[in-house]
Amino acid sequence: MKLEFEHHQSAHCENGVASNLLKNKGVNISEPMAFGIGSGLFFVYLPFLRVNHAPGFSYRPMPGFIFKRLSKRLGFKIERKKFSSPQKAQSTLDTMLENKIPVGLQVGVFNLVYFPDEYRFHFNAHNLVVYGKEKDKYLISDPVIEYPVELTEKELEKVRFAKGALPPKGHMYYLTYIPEKINLEQAIIKGIKQTCNDMLAPVPIVGVRAMRWVAKNIKKWPNSIGIKKTNHYLGQLIRMQEEIGTGGGGFRYIYAAFLQEASSVLKKPELKEMSKEMTEIGDEWRDFALNISRVYKNRTTGSSMYEELSKQLMNLSYREEAFFKKLKTIIRL
Amino acid sequence: MKKEQVPQDEGNLVKSNIKDLYYAVDEEGKYTTVLSTGWEAKTLAQDESMDLIKERVEDARSKVLAGELSPIAYYMEVNKMDVSILSSYTHIWSWFVKRHMKPANFHKLKTKTLQKYAEAFGINIEQLKDISKYPGLQQ
Repeated sequence: MKLEFEHHQSAHCENGVASNLLKNKGVNISEPMAFGIGSGLFFVYLPFLRVNHAPGFSYRPMPGFIFKRLSKRLGFKIERKKFSSPQKAQSTLDTMLENKIPVGLQVGVFNLVYFPDEYRFHFNAHNLVVYGKEKDKYLISDPVIEYPVELTEKELEKVRFAKGALPPKGHMYYLTYIPEKINLEQAIIKGIKQTCNDMLAPVPIVGVRAMRWVAKNIKKWPNSIGIKKTNHYLGQLIRMQEEIGTGGGGFRYIYAAFLQEASSVLKKPELKEMSKEMTEIGDEWRDFALNISRVYKNRTTGSSMYEELSKQLMNLSYREEAFFKKLKTIIRL
Repeated sequence: MKKEQVPQDEGNLVKSNIKDLYYAVDEEGKYTTVLSTGWEAKTLAQDESMDLIKERVEDARSKVLAGELSPIAYYMEVNKMDVSILSSYTHIWSWFVKRHMKPANFHKLKTKTLQKYAEAFGINIEQLKDISKYPGLQQ
């Protein structure tokens, strides 16, 4: 059986699933809108958490948060289920599909057969929608892929029960209630406020302060852990920034797109200016990634390169700090 | 980023026929979406990470062949795992996983335990015991 479900590609999985599930119910919320209202823009540094032998960096909040906030702020309801038994997880999914409900799943990336090897790590916070089943194949709308894909029962079970950090445990979710009227203005304001607070948080592991911590470490790493490991850590920083499902420089652009949309909804032309500024910040993040990649490409050694990178990230943190302080005052008016 | 600036390099996505979606501004400064085939900076970061994995696999392989480590160490690297991930896939405590990487301890393992490792790596026990039976080795 195949449900009515239109697949739209998105830049990031969680916004994409949220936006696609809502569009399926006739609520037209774009990906940037879902991202902005769900306060998806973030930065967190987790030096103790290891991902692919490097510290954890993330440019997004914990998986599930964007959707959760979005639902709270727009007033729709989501039902979430986790399972200990794969058989139960599969039969519940099948029942949902029989009842014509498209289902969002949180899955591990490592065993997603349609991804290239370079993308397949033990990263368990990818999201996709199952919208049908034909014979033993599930029809999948993976929001970061251009076209719908398929997975066999066995393949889907593997990714739903991936292990490691944040195991999804068959995690599935679906919309149960959509309000008749949505207060978009209020939701946007709440979303922006939280992003400002997150990015300006007075703790060292999140927001602009986390960026500063990483910037300081970039200077220290060559001496403390050696050039090779430093380059690997920096590579992790790029991958988290630019890769499927995480997207950081890319995230800045989505946020800029959101501010542009928000500007017309709230009738605040200042937000359009802020959108331009955010686009420039996104460009600077990309320059930063490009400079990191030059360090490998030329195999340049010497600490001056790292000093430069550290300075660049430090500048980005000051720039974002100023940005979010200004955004906070605009949204208050 | 302007629409025309969205990178179109040949990235690792191309071989799987996947494109990335980017948000970029058009001539009038309005946001729109553009598909990208890849970006050099990203590809370089991914290649670096793949090289590191290959190196770790090679290192583990030679140590297994020299009798310094058990095959578990090799398959763990092949599957891009670390001890904690392997531990959660097998439901064997990390401390034991580390012990099982010593050849002497590995040889004493019961079939049931071997089976757990084999399942985690998606291979059979015969392959687990002898890394030369693993098809990935011939490259």
